[in-house]
Amino acid sequence: MHRRLTAILVIALVGGMALAAETPVRDDLNAEDLARVRSVTAPTDDFSKPEKFEQLPAGAATTKKIVSRDAFSFSSANLTFEEQSEFNLGNALFRKLWVSAPSSTQASDGLGPLFNARGCQNCHLKDGRGHPPMTGDEQGVSMFLRLSVPPGDDAERAALQNRDVALIEEPTYGGQLQNFAVAQLKAEGRMAIDYTDVPVTLGDGTVVNLRAPSYSVADLGYGPMASDVMLSPRVAPQMIGLGLLEAIAPEDILARADAGDRDGDGISGKPSWIKDATGALKLGRFGWKAGAPSIRTQSANAFAGDIGISSPMVNHPHGDCTQAEEECLKLPTGVQASLGVSEAPDPVLDLVTFYSRNLGVPQRRGVDDPKVLRGKSSFYGAGCISCHTPKYVTSRLAEGHAQQFQLIWPYTDMLLHDMGEGLADNRPEGDADGYEWRTPPLWGIGLTEAVSGHTLFLHDGRARNLTEAILWHGGEAEKSRRVFIQMSKSERDDLVAFLESL
Amino acid sequence: MLKRFAGGLALTLPLGLGAMTSGLAAEPTPEAILATYADIALAGYEDALTGAEALDAAVDALLAAPGEATLRAAQDAWRASRPNYQQTEAFRFGNPIVDDWEGRVNAWPLDEGLIDYVDASYGTESDENGLYTANVIANPKIMIDGAEVDASTVTPQLLSGKLQEAGGIEGNVATGYHAIEFLLWGQDLHGTGPGAGERKASDFDTVNCTNGNCDRRGDYLKAATTLLVSDLKEMAGNWQVGGAARTALAAQGIGTILTGMGSLSYGEVAGQRMKVGLLLHDPEEEHDCFSDSTHVSHLNDAIGIRNVYAGRYVRLDGSVVEGPSLSDLVATRDAALDGEVQALLDEAVARMEILAKRAETIEKYDQMIGEGNIEGNAVVQSAIDGLIAQTRGIERVVALLKLDNVTVEGSDSLDNPDAVFQ
Repeated sequence: MHRRLTAILVIALVGGMALAAETPVRDDLNAEDLARVRSVTAPTDDFSKPEKFEQLPAGAATTKKIVSRDAFSFSSANLTFEEQSEFNLGNALFRKLWVSAPSSTQASDGLGPLFNARGCQNCHLKDGRGHPPMTGDEQGVSMFLRLSVPPGDDAERAALQNRDVALIEEPTYGGQLQNFAVAQLKAEGRMAIDYTDVPVTLGDGTVVNLRAPSYSVADLGYGPMASDVMLSPRVAPQMIGLGLLEAIAPEDILARADAGDRDGDGISGKPSWIKDATGALKLGRFGWKAGAPSIRTQSANAFAGDIGISSPMVNHPHGDCTQAEEECLKLPTGVQASLGVSEAPDPVLDLVTFYSRNLGVPQRRGVDDPKVLRGKSSFYGAGCISCHTPKYVTSRLAEGHAQQFQLIWPYTDMLLHDMGEGLADNRPEGDADGYEWRTPPLWGIGLTEAVSGHTLFLHDGRARNLTEAILWHGGEAEKSRRVFIQMSKSERDDLVAFLESL
Repeated sequence: MLKRFAGGLALTLPLGLGAMTSGLAAEPTPEAILATYADIALAGYEDALTGAEALDAAVDALLAAPGEATLRAAQDAWRASRPNYQQTEAFRFGNPIVDDWEGRVNAWPLDEGLIDYVDASYGTESDENGLYTANVIANPKIMIDGAEVDASTVTPQLLSGKLQEAGGIEGNVATGYHAIEFLLWGQDLHGTGPGAGERKASDFDTVNCTNGNCDRRGDYLKAATTLLVSDLKEMAGNWQVGGAARTALAAQGIGTILTGMGSLSYGEVAGQRMKVGLLLHDPEEEHDCFSDSTHVSHLNDAIGIRNVYAGRYVRLDGSVVEGPSLSDLVATRDAALDGEVQALLDEAVARMEILAKRAETIEKYDQMIGEGNIEGNAVVQSAIDGLIAQTRGIERVVALLKLDNVTVEGSDSLDNPDAVFQ
């Protein structure tokens, strides 16, 4: 299973991972609090009834609105009126459609020149997860391809080794394929997907047809790509509870890290370390490969890469244009000296960050349903919680008061895991190799259909329902997958019922 | 303006003895306060319904005999329908039933290219929102999420079931006041200069049709007003005795009133509807952008907030609904605070009236938020400040009544050891 164990160890040593090897202790809690937190976050072994507060996955931040397609769009329930205003300002900017420069509304221009979307919400549909193109609707995408190449020389190898960069961008097209461009410019190309059926036979003889995607780029606008280009498809993730994931104490995440699988349970769990502008190493938390240490970084990168809007943090007014895309670099940008140094002047990034930090997690439904409780028992029994860690108590030092010291139930360990050949994108990014993905949180997953009108899961939306998503799990999750395959139909249904209650 | 018995009482009582006054002035029960609140909601939605029915009838007249006079009459009916609806917005945030429903009738901003033809300056730059310029009035077939949708007949069901938020894009607003507003006025192509939308009546004239598809444009308009009437009827029903929203109040408690006041005041109007426009100086960030009547909406939101605190609502026909109020309750416990909060609510309304007067006499709201318009910007900022100041008063009422769950719903924080670690 761990074909690349040696490589992992080497990276671990070079990368200053001694941090993770120590037994970390939270510094935001006194001894008494620490004991309370440890006891309340210990996994339950009683499945006869729901755990106390299980119904409120985000603690006091949990939203209690009527279930509808708006379910992911409400603010954390524990914001003050003033913070609600800040949230709403962020929401307005999140929905805002940016226009190309120059335009009469100077504060709103600067789109592209190359872009995937004109506004945040156009991929983060209803703040829920995006999806691959539906049949017959090539443009209806809330998903794109990331691009990179293997290091070509010693300088690039050193840059990777030193964490100065997380990857080497494709020389002509940059780090991402933008499938749209402003009027005077060609788009870079479009993502093409071919699906092949892969039948899986379950223990009871049921056959489930998975669809295995293969990706390519059509209609290249700027000549051929490097022959060794690596493509990684990424669907827009759901936006709920991000501030709480940011507020999980790093010590609680590192305590589960086991990069070399020293405990021999077949599950490693590797932290993603990102070098920030000051050269300090930060724990990566966001993105499918945990490539961003904070919501702010993730938002600034998305503004620049996805919309082509620069912010004070990622100040590239031409977005993802490369030197090889000369026509792109010649186009005007939306920078207005009178408004600030970037196309999205302060406080745009602050407000969008605040918004993204405070999208509430809806309360659970049916926590005491016997079927859900049986499914929960199976979920624990199959070892799913080895990576989908049920609960945490967030740090008292979290930036926002609404995120501080809450008992939360996200079902993720925030670590990177080898998910096997089937899910591999074969494109390394920082600490994540071509097989590794960060465990995504499961809260809200049962509301995907209500919010997004589909049930397409995993990093590229290949799974068409929760059963398919489970069956795609390989690598470190292979053992759990096998347990699932051997379950009876009613056990599988119970497990899915549990997931749908999240 | 808000004369109160309790206000006079305060003069006779030393400060700090608020708690002792409960034996003197009869403190209204939460049930009585909530009954007044629900009565005002019912009256408000009934009045909004009356306005929508008049609008629907004016649209019938427009479509029967398209002309500048019937178009003007329909626009006037739309304007007349707005103030009472906007006053009901005070009920939105505290009541999940209203909040869940609100997007059908008052969603904004909308990407009007979904509905009808737009000016070239609207842009054809597409992205994930393939419906940005779908123009359903001109297209009997449209693609939504890869599936072909039959739009050959424009019906209320097409609007509410297929087009509203199509593809998960919130800008795809197909129903409600602002979709109707767009159809009656057309795009406002004046930027931050003077002027509203300039729809010609001939856009609805099937004989001498301008801009094509006048029959379908008429069908769309009629479908939208039909939906507005049925949606408001549904919400009025929810506030009847035995209706779902009124029934839910008992469990929600009087915190509902304060949640609605604070969230509308600070978060929604001061924040999303006013501050964003001022920040971006963008005329698109205007609530009623096609008709240039944003000031009416903002003013009536402020009035609606004051209504629910005072327990008093002046109906469309001039009659008054009133009864035991939150103000009465606060006055029995801390008369000075009640006086201050009343003054803050009055001040917020007064500042909105200044803004509205400027909009009627000097320049419209979208001009006021224009870049470099120092005087206009200041008037908008002053109204925002009034809303923020009144929210501070609302927070003091929350503290007085010890309603922790108003802004901190589900106070099951781990800081409450009794809750988690008992």
